[in-house]
Formats: sequence, C-alpha cells, structure tokens
Amino acid sequence: MTTTDSSATARIPKGKRRLGDVVFAGSARGAGILILLILAGVATFLLIQSVPSLMANTGNFLTSTEWDPNTNEEPRFGVAALIFGTVLAALIALVLATPVAIGIALFIVYYAPRRLAAILGYVVDLLAAIPSVVYGLWGVVYLVGELRPFYGMLETYLGWIPLFAGPVSSTGRTMLSAGLVLAVMILPIITAMSRDVFQQVPQANREAALALGATRWEMIRMAVLPFGRPGVIGGAMLGMGRALGETMAVAMILSPSLVISPFLLQSGNQTIAAHIALEYPEASGFGVSALIAAGLVLFAITLAVNMGARFVVSRRKEFV
Amino acid sequence: MTTATENTATGAAGDGPPLRTASMHTRTLPGWFPPVLLVACAAVVSGALFALGSFHPASATVLTALVYLIAIVVASAVVENGRKATDRLVTGIVYCCFVLAMVPLVSLLTTVVVNGVRRFDLYFLSVSMNGVIPSMDAGGVYHAIVGTLVITGIATAISVPVGLLTAIYVVEYGRGRLKAAITFFVDVMTGIPSIVAGLFVVALWIMIFGPGQTNGLAGAISLSVLMIPVVVRSSEEMLRLVPADLREASYALGVPKWLTIVKVVLPTAVAGLTTGIMLALARVIGETAPLILTAGTSSTRINANPAEGQMMSLPVFIYQQVRAMGSSGDAGVFSEERAWAAALTLILVVMLLFLAARLVSRFFSPKLGR
Repeated sequence: MTTTDSSATARIPKGKRRLGDVVFAGSARGAGILILLILAGVATFLLIQSVPSLMANTGNFLTSTEWDPNTNEEPRFGVAALIFGTVLAALIALVLATPVAIGIALFIVYYAPRRLAAILGYVVDLLAAIPSVVYGLWGVVYLVGELRPFYGMLETYLGWIPLFAGPVSSTGRTMLSAGLVLAVMILPIITAMSRDVFQQVPQANREAALALGATRWEMIRMAVLPFGRPGVIGGAMLGMGRALGETMAVAMILSPSLVISPFLLQSGNQTIAAHIALEYPEASGFGVSALIAAGLVLFAITLAVNMGARFVVSRRKEFV
Repeated sequence: MTTATENTATGAAGDGPPLRTASMHTRTLPGWFPPVLLVACAAVVSGALFALGSFHPASATVLTALVYLIAIVVASAVVENGRKATDRLVTGIVYCCFVLAMVPLVSLLTTVVVNGVRRFDLYFLSVSMNGVIPSMDAGGVYHAIVGTLVITGIATAISVPVGLLTAIYVVEYGRGRLKAAITFFVDVMTGIPSIVAGLFVVALWIMIFGPGQTNGLAGAISLSVLMIPVVVRSSEEMLRLVPADLREASYALGVPKWLTIVKVVLPTAVAGLTTGIMLALARVIGETAPLILTAGTSSTRINANPAEGQMMSLPVFIYQQVRAMGSSGDAGVFSEERAWAAALTLILVVMLLFLAARLVSRFFSPKLGR
C-alpha cells in the first residue's frame, strides 16, 4: 500500500515529459483498457452471435427443456433443464465441499504442526493443479465404479428422502458423482480463502479467549469463526462460481438427459457447460448460435455469483 | 473461577476422592493417549471386518474414524470434562477433514500412475496418431505435445505482456476510477468459465472468418483470456512487495519513472513474476473445454502451424480417447490405455511447472530487509 502511494506522489519535476515515460505509461494504461475491452467483447460478441437463433427459436428459451436447434427452419430449444442441472451440480459441490474446506483451513492454521503447515497447504493446492479432464477420466473409469455400492447403501437406508430415491443408476454416472468430483475440484479455492482470513484473526482476540480459559475449539468458535465468516462465505461463492462453469468433469462423468429431475442417484440432468462441450462438435444450422446463447446464460450466472462473492469479501475489508 | 470449574469437573468424573493437590489444572488425558487410542481403534475395526470377511480400505478407514471419535469423546468426558470432550471431538473432526481431502488426491495420482505407466514410454511420446485406425495397438501423443506447446506458447506470448503491463499500471500509475474498474473487472475475469472463453473466440471467429473455422491461434486466444487475469493478479502482488525505498532511491538519482520500473522494480520482482507466470501456465495447460470449441477434436497429424487447420493438444487428446473408449474389443482397451498415458504425461508436465515455480521463488527471490 505504502509503495503505491509514495510512487504516485514521487512525481517527476515539472517541465517536459520524457518520451520514454509517455510511451511506457501509455502502453501500461492501454493494456489495462484492453482487458476491459476483452471483457466487454466477451459479452457483446456472445450477445450478437446468439441473436439469430433466439429470433428463430419457436420454443421458449427460458422455460423449455427441449434442445433441437440443429436445423435451418423452426428450431426449438430452451435452457430450463440446463439451468436446473447447472445450479444443482454446483449446490451439491458447495454443500459437500464447504464444511470440509473449513475443517482443512482450521487444520492448517490452528492444528497442524507449525513446520508442516506450509507443506500441507501446498499439498491441498495440488488438488487445484490437476486438470479437469484428468478428474473426468479418473471419475468415469475409476470413481463411479467405486461409488456404486455406496449408492446402493444410500438408497437402502435413505431412500425415503426423495433426493436419494431409487432405482440407482447401474453405471453410477449420476448427478451425485459429478457433484462429488466438482466438490473435490473447488475444495482448494474455498480452503485458500478461509485459510487467509483465519490467519488474519488478530492475535489479541485469540489470546484473550485462551486467557479466559477457553479450550482450542471454544477459542475458534468465539474468536476465529465470527471474524472469518465473510471470508468463508466469499470463498464458498467463488468456489460455486468455479463449479457452475466447470465443463469437462461433468461432461465426462454424467450420463446426461435434458430433464428436470431431483433424483441424485439416477442418471439424468445436464449442465450448461457440459452440454455446450458435448453438443458443439455436432452442431449445425442454428446449433452453434443456440449454444452461444446458452453460454451467455452461463456467463451471466457466473458473473452474478462472482460479483456477489467479491462484494462480500470486500465488505469485510471495510469492516475490519 | 478456576476452582469452580475444577470442582464441577471432578464432580462430573465422580470417582475416587476429590483432588486436593493440583489447584491450577484439572485432570487431563496424557499426550500419548489419542494416538494410541487411534491405533487401537484401527486394529479392532480391521480385525472385526476381517472376521466378518468384508474388509475394504475405505469402509475400514471410515469405521475407524467413527469408533475413534466416539471413544475419545467418552474417554474425555469421563476423565476430563464436557468442554474438553467437545474440544477433542472437534480436533478429531478437523483431522478427518484433512485426511478426507487427501483421499481423492492420492487415489487420483495412484490411479493415473498405475494405469499410465503401461503405455508411457519413448514410443508413445514420439509418434502421432496419423494413420492409426482404432483396432491398432499403436499411436502416441507427439502431435498433441506439439499442439500444446504451440498453443500455450502463443497464449503466454499474448498474456504475459498484457498482464504484466496491466499490473504495472495498477500498481505504479493507476489512480481513480480506471484503476478501480480494472482491479474489479480483473477479479470478475478470473471467474469466467473456460467454456465461455472458448465460445467468445468462436463468436469472434465467426464474425471475422465465417463459421466452422478451427485452428491453433483461436485456441491460443481463448486460453489467453483465461490466463491474463491470473498473470495480472500474481504480478500485482509481486510488484507491491517491492519496497518503496528502492523506487525513491532511484528517483533521487534522477532516473525517469519508466526506467525505474524497468531497471529497478521489475528486476527486484523477477523471481515472483516468473513464479506467477509459471503457475498461470500450469493452470491453462490443462484447459480442455475452450480447445474443444476452438482448436478442434479430430486432428491426428502433426501440425505446428497455428494459422492452419485443427490442432490437437494433450487435454483434448485425453478427451478424444475417452470418447473412443466405448468402442468394442481391443479398440476400447487401446483407447483407455492411451488416455491414461496421456493423462500421466499431462500431470507430469503440470507438476514439473509447479515444482519449477516453487524452486524459482525459493532460490531467486531477492533477500530483502537486511
């Protein structure tokens, strides 16, 4: 912070501006503006290219679950089922990952031996380094087979909850499997954000709690968690943003169908991102344009979630 | 206060005569107790499962954890007190969370290595898939490696100047609305789904070249959309770490601002900047979705020209082989083997980048503050 202020105030004496300064400052500024232009370009180009199919669409784009745009006359398509699937997968991932991520962050900051903490944090970061296509390969070849017996148990004992109603998919390629892999993928993001805020808890607060005779858990509950809450929420929302847009793991694991189904142990549902990746190679007619329209919807959803997350995180800074 | 808690504690324990000696602390479990209890629980659970004939590493681990948590809470409630018992329970759960996160990492890495080494050899790395028909026990990833190098190389060449200059603007020059807007939208841009970055280039290409054009350049541009914000973020942090004293010393000698940045600020931060760029590269090198849309999925020949025709890359190669896994007989088996070997190649590349990044930041960082 101090560096910026001082460099901003340390002006060159008045008089002629050097050519080098003008060029360098101008190109730095230009690069910044270019980024804004790219982002604006993403929104406008997607909008422009999606208009033709939206104009020709004979179904309702927002409420229809059909997807039949690969024709030159009377295309019918809608994103209702896709939006449902996208949000469902992200929610499963969020519900599974957030508690574990908070646990890991607490472990690294307050429980692990001090010398091991950095290494353990690095190991968790490795989860983020693994490409999503490898997660997909591992998921579809190895994990879904291992999960099958577990799903059988879920159905037997928890089948009365509609979410876990049978019959269980024989392949295991269900929404729950996809959500589980997404949960693993967003774990590092939520952990990293939580870890950061947990480390920033003022030492005075923690020591005050301990001095009053609090156990370690009571100290965490009274001093750490209230302080860290906005950061954890922000991290969870960033993780959700990642889960919403994640493509390959879902595309490879889920056996899709365009229905709105709340049954997590049966095959079905589909997310926007995975749908685009699977449909694009076969798209014809209005197909590409319709997929771009679906991508625009995904862009809008993730933009809203991410901006919300940034807002939550930045509000914490003012609060402290 | 202390005596009150101690009295209730010993009252709750309710055995033997009340403690009179130690007034400063209540009774506690010895330090060696939790690990020994854990080992005992593991032994008992594994023994029971073997006796029942249903031993499985996963179920054994889960049951051990559950039995341990119950045992430690009971032991702590009996010997210590309720609050300590809660503390021990939470400690156990927090440790479990970490172990839980390690399970997929270890499982994934071992699966990839065990399955990948079957086909991972010099032949696999040095031939393409040109002319390989599905039933042939042949083919490799050379064309995909070439494609990955070309595409990520161009993406880096675009992202590093733009990202670095933007970071310089934000840290050294920026003020007011434009700076705030850039900082905010770079954050927003980090959250763009990779598939949307791919669609952006598809839309752009349709407007410039007409529909159906796929090539390496399109893939590189879509990757740079994903890479730029990461580079900006990390470079920004590194530039902020450069002490103001260095800049001021340079200004005091009459050095222009731009030369100060080029000759003083950037060299001081170079290790951190390199690390950030390598981590950004490690992130985009595994991106699949945008390349499926922009660089095509069906190329089998070696193509090093980014402006002409489809270009294969390592992640897309894995995806392509996974799609071919469903075919019957040997063809499916060969595809699966190729997919695992390519996954091993990709993971090795990413891990090497990660490791190199850590080493650069460890050994080449300037020693400040002395």
